[in-house]
Amino acid sequence: MPAPGASGARQFWRRLRTQRAALVAAVVVALLVLVALAAPLLTAIEGQDPTTYHPSLVDSARGGVPIGSFGGVSAEHWLGVEPQTGRDLFARLVYGARVSLGVALAATVVQIAIGVVVGVAAALGSRWVDQVLSRFTDVIVAMPLMIMALALLAIVPSSFPRPVLVALVIGLIAWGNIAKIVRAQTLTLKGLDYVAAARLSGWGTWRIARRELLPGIAAPVITYAALLVPSNITVEAALSFLGVGVKPPTPSWGQMLTAADVWYQAAPQYLLLPAGALFVTVLALTVLGDGVRTALDPRAASRLRIGTGRKREAKA
Amino acid sequence: MSGFLLRRVLGAVVTLFAISVIVYVVFYVTPGNVAQITCGPRCSPAQVQQVAEQLHLNDPLYARYWDFLQGLVAGQDYSTGTSVQHCSAPCLGLSYQSDQQVTALILAKLPVSLSLVFGAMVLWLILGVGTGVLSAWRRGRLTERLLTGVTLAGVATPVFVIGLVLMIVVCGQLQLLPFPQYVAFSDDPEQWAWNLLLPWLSLALIEAAAFARLTRAAMLETLAEDHIRTFRAYGVGERSVIGRHALRGALAPVIALNANNFGGAVGGAVLTETLFGLPGIGQELVHAVNVVDLPVVVGMVLVIGFFVVVANAVADVLYAVADRRVVLA
Repeated sequence: MPAPGASGARQFWRRLRTQRAALVAAVVVALLVLVALAAPLLTAIEGQDPTTYHPSLVDSARGGVPIGSFGGVSAEHWLGVEPQTGRDLFARLVYGARVSLGVALAATVVQIAIGVVVGVAAALGSRWVDQVLSRFTDVIVAMPLMIMALALLAIVPSSFPRPVLVALVIGLIAWGNIAKIVRAQTLTLKGLDYVAAARLSGWGTWRIARRELLPGIAAPVITYAALLVPSNITVEAALSFLGVGVKPPTPSWGQMLTAADVWYQAAPQYLLLPAGALFVTVLALTVLGDGVRTALDPRAASRLRIGTGRKREAKA
Repeated sequence: MSGFLLRRVLGAVVTLFAISVIVYVVFYVTPGNVAQITCGPRCSPAQVQQVAEQLHLNDPLYARYWDFLQGLVAGQDYSTGTSVQHCSAPCLGLSYQSDQQVTALILAKLPVSLSLVFGAMVLWLILGVGTGVLSAWRRGRLTERLLTGVTLAGVATPVFVIGLVLMIVVCGQLQLLPFPQYVAFSDDPEQWAWNLLLPWLSLALIEAAAFARLTRAAMLETLAEDHIRTFRAYGVGERSVIGRHALRGALAPVIALNANNFGGAVGGAVLTETLFGLPGIGQELVHAVNVVDLPVVVGMVLVIGFFVVVANAVADVLYAVADRRVVLA
């Protein structure tokens, strides 16, 4: 286990920096986050917004095909307009980045929070507490995320803000693997001398958990969470694609793809832009996640060239 | 071994029971006016009340769950206003929308989904493990780099994006295949396979990528072990070292991943079915979810949960068979 604290963080950065692919991926991710944060600014520069209909820009006689070449690309509409509604595609794409990244990150935070609490409680609690929590975790792991989320999202009244709801639902269903990892790691740490020393000097369970155990479980949790983010992005996109995730008028990449197959000839970018955005985002986050794992792996020095394929959950 | 099996089966039953409780409670407690939605937007309050009465929506939850369990184990009679319908043993209730038995509804759709998932599974195991073996064997060469890039791209592409692109390119632009339409295996095995080819590929490619990465890593790890060095020192051919001994080391993690990803693959199957218009459980689930047909939703989630739990139990047994170091306990 790399020692927690400042020196651990420095070592982590050094090891991450030596991996070129991870570095490139980190830059791409940083750019995507920047685009998401600056979405209002970018669309203001373009002079458009993601929700205004432009019926004059689509040919209603031909079923709503965008007027003009390349799906209505112009100085006003940089990437063209959406078929039928004429909404600006560039604005929808950059606002979609907010939804994708925001929902995925929020869901990951919920997953980590629940997983860490349940895992630590199971490892430190009495035998009985451990039994109950571990069995409950087993049941949670056995529930297919996509199916549960699909079903749950549909029955919650739509008055609830959708992006928040999607993040909550993903987070509340898919925390089982983190809890398992945290429990195993905590059990290992609990047996180590420095924790025994803390106990002998009269520290309470809470203080030991916070000061001695949490830094120790950080590495495996970060490793797993780094790969959860791209998987959550895929899940959100899939749910929105099916029409139960983020609902219009809020733009989301998955939702943009719902109708894209009908328009691929008249307005190919309507399909290619959200699909490409999803691909690049998930790819960059996955490569970054791999890099993070390698950097945190105590055996990384000898295996820096080997990427082990850790299981990813709930691919959609 | 038999003691292990018994415990594993018991554990699976308990897990399924717990899932049923959670699913039932979560879905029937979640706010949302089911009676209003079932009755339709134009129903008067009195009619809504009548529907709620008929669907037992006003009964306490534990009583309804008890009824549900009874139906599951022993079957149940339902009065649908004018006649009495008997719903036999594994009864999952009646659809709110059509008064059809949920069990029958699911059984009718199951062959489509099973064809899709298991066909795709064969494909992703062959493609994934094959790619993994190839890139471990060709380590450091161009082949490996190419394969690593391709699998990484595969991991990063959502299943509905692959499906969309495949459908547009293969069916739309090149017109190599017609747009998929489900043909039952018993009707015409050849058409069955041709029509499922694209859905299989869409579902399998992304899973195969994960398996390729895992197989490659596990094989490289095994290849670095002492016993492999011993085999090589004794002059065992490279083909045998890779194909028999190193592959054996990758077998257990592959089985574990297959069980672990099974639930995810079923989720992917829902997307694939919706995308290609295959009349399977997934499509039915999406439909049921949109009209808040709770018995159908709960039934489907339970049936899918059943398959996931069984897949995990089977994997546990196979795991021990594949890796003799694992002690069944």
